[in-house]
Amino acid sequence: MDKQITAYTYIGEGKVVVNKRLIFYQEKITTFAEFIKSLYKQEQLAYPKFYKMDSLSKLGFISAELLLRNENPGRFKPGSLAVVLANSSSSLDTDLAHQESIRNRSAYFPSPSVFVYTLANIVIGEICIRHGIKGENAFLVSEKFNPGQLQEYVSDLLDNNQAEACICGWVEILGSNFKAVAALVEKDGSLASLKTEYNPLPFTEAALNELMKVN
Amino acid sequence: MKPTYVISENIVSSLGFTAAENTDGLIKGATGIRIHHETTLYPNPVALSLIDTHHLDQRFEVILNKFKKEHRAGSYTRLEKMLILSISDALQGIPVRVDDSKLILMLSTTKGNIDLLEDRYTAKFDHKRVYLWALAAVIREFFGLANTPYIISNACISGVMALIKASRLLRSAKYDYAIIAGGDIASEFVISGFQSFQALSSEPCKPFDLNRKGLSLGEGCGTIVLSVNPPDVSSCSILVAGGSVSNDANHISGPSRTGEELSMAIDTAIRESGIVNNDIDYISAHGTATPFNDEMEAKAISLSGMNEVPVNSFKGYWGHTLGASGIMESAALIGSMKMNCLFRSAGFETPGVIEPINVIKETIYKPVSTCLKTASGFGGCNAALVFQKI
Amino acid sequence: MDELINKLKKEVIAQLNLEDISVDDINPDAPLFGEGLGLDSIDALELIVLLEKNYGIKIEDPKDGKKIFYSIRTMAEFISEHQKKA
Repeated sequence: MDKQITAYTYIGEGKVVVNKRLIFYQEKITTFAEFIKSLYKQEQLAYPKFYKMDSLSKLGFISAELLLRNENPGRFKPGSLAVVLANSSSSLDTDLAHQESIRNRSAYFPSPSVFVYTLANIVIGEICIRHGIKGENAFLVSEKFNPGQLQEYVSDLLDNNQAEACICGWVEILGSNFKAVAALVEKDGSLASLKTEYNPLPFTEAALNELMKVN
Repeated sequence: MKPTYVISENIVSSLGFTAAENTDGLIKGATGIRIHHETTLYPNPVALSLIDTHHLDQRFEVILNKFKKEHRAGSYTRLEKMLILSISDALQGIPVRVDDSKLILMLSTTKGNIDLLEDRYTAKFDHKRVYLWALAAVIREFFGLANTPYIISNACISGVMALIKASRLLRSAKYDYAIIAGGDIASEFVISGFQSFQALSSEPCKPFDLNRKGLSLGEGCGTIVLSVNPPDVSSCSILVAGGSVSNDANHISGPSRTGEELSMAIDTAIRESGIVNNDIDYISAHGTATPFNDEMEAKAISLSGMNEVPVNSFKGYWGHTLGASGIMESAALIGSMKMNCLFRSAGFETPGVIEPINVIKETIYKPVSTCLKTASGFGGCNAALVFQKI
Repeated sequence: MDELINKLKKEVIAQLNLEDISVDDINPDAPLFGEGLGLDSIDALELIVLLEKNYGIKIEDPKDGKKIFYSIRTMAEFISEHQKKA
């Protein structure tokens, strides 16, 4: 069996969907911080480091958390689960906060806990720490969601045995605009745990495009 | 594994605007790191490796005329000028049209045009230029590239990662030529951030040295052109033979305490190359001169059984050039292979890491055939790349 | 001193994003690092920023941080000492 998307999550427009099931919905979002905190609490995620993360990392972290929750990531050989994420604004949301802290020479207090998040790949770091993922990882940037590039990048990893499976997706936030889609792609889809609620999709550009739409 | 060949390389740095100018500087043992007092970059004096703006602008005017561009130099940002200079130099004489459909640009940068967030630039450039894809679009438009560039922004391993990914895409016949270009500027944004980490040395950095006190930031660009086709005329061919990326899964800013994960990436890259660890003649390490990074790297080198292999860091010459470092340093490593020359590790005097490694104290000439480039970065990422001469 | 300790607790909670921790959860004499709050190397650097931002005290040598940031009380005592000298 060829490469399959065996699980996915979608977070956007106040909705949180995991494998076709709507698990959280906030019709009126006040701020991203409020939204993501409510989601974190509802799902009882119990990970104190969560509060230290910036918005991009919180968004990516929760996406991966919900994605892997019922997938038993321990079934992949150590070092064979990859993470490839992409977005449009890189870490601009946090960059603006860091820039603000150095704007005024008379109140010049750059903060290490803000600065460390001015690299978009830190969200991958947080996911790797949480799940003990030590394999291939990469953060890509493109103006819009580029399923062709993502599919090409991830397929190459799987086809050349640099990974057995890959968490791939789009994690984008700037101010109050946010969207995250994460997919678990497996080289051999037949190894995926039996699913009753969701049938694996073939790992294609078209499938990735479908996941980006609200269900 | 199908080999990918190095066709050309360029380095733009405080030491010069071509690979040749830079290797001349390395041979002379020059360093581009100075103590800078200009307060636009930082309130206090700081050790940095900066490119001379006047020379940069002069060289850029030449390229603008050569490519018959209507835009004035003023419509390009500092980083764009650096990247365009670097790429145009590397493109000289390559046997393919730059707008060929089987040519791809991989751009590696951590912060791109981040200086545009400063108040003094808000009127000068469209705020959209801060986006990395907008930077890539300017480069694409300048050269008339057919394909949307890949943009890799993965902290300090971006450059090595871009080289690895390019060679993989070439190997799978998606493209025939890849331009891998990396660049970062020394901005107040980055300097202030590293200062908040107490990570900057007040003097030029001393990688692997007992008295190392942190890193020196630098700005620069590197470009390497790779192809599935061997170079037309050359006395030797240099290949990208294997590469691997891993994650420490330990801490977002502090490296692994054991170095196992970097060692894993090194061993995988070497295995993919079809050689054994004993075959490695030289290691160009990341060597940032922070207490923890250098310690971790030495552990990784030791775990991979390469304590005797000559190793250096280029950070003492150009500072830490972030998204450019992997490419600039690989280009210098290629220079080492072409000249059979091992450059001393600038700033190193007294061994200062627990695991015994063989840091190059004096520049020497000896056969160099198979080399390893390593890099590590914030977010716990590691990358390793093997180059071979045939 | 108690007032300063209470103020410091609130500031530390804010500066370090300890959202699920309340002022009552923090024992002023308990070690800040190691067990308890689970602070890491970035938190240690943030406490240096806190001292400068809120109290105008610059720590020249980060190695002094170990003693100063041992507990909320040692922080308060350090601040008190400095404010007397100023």
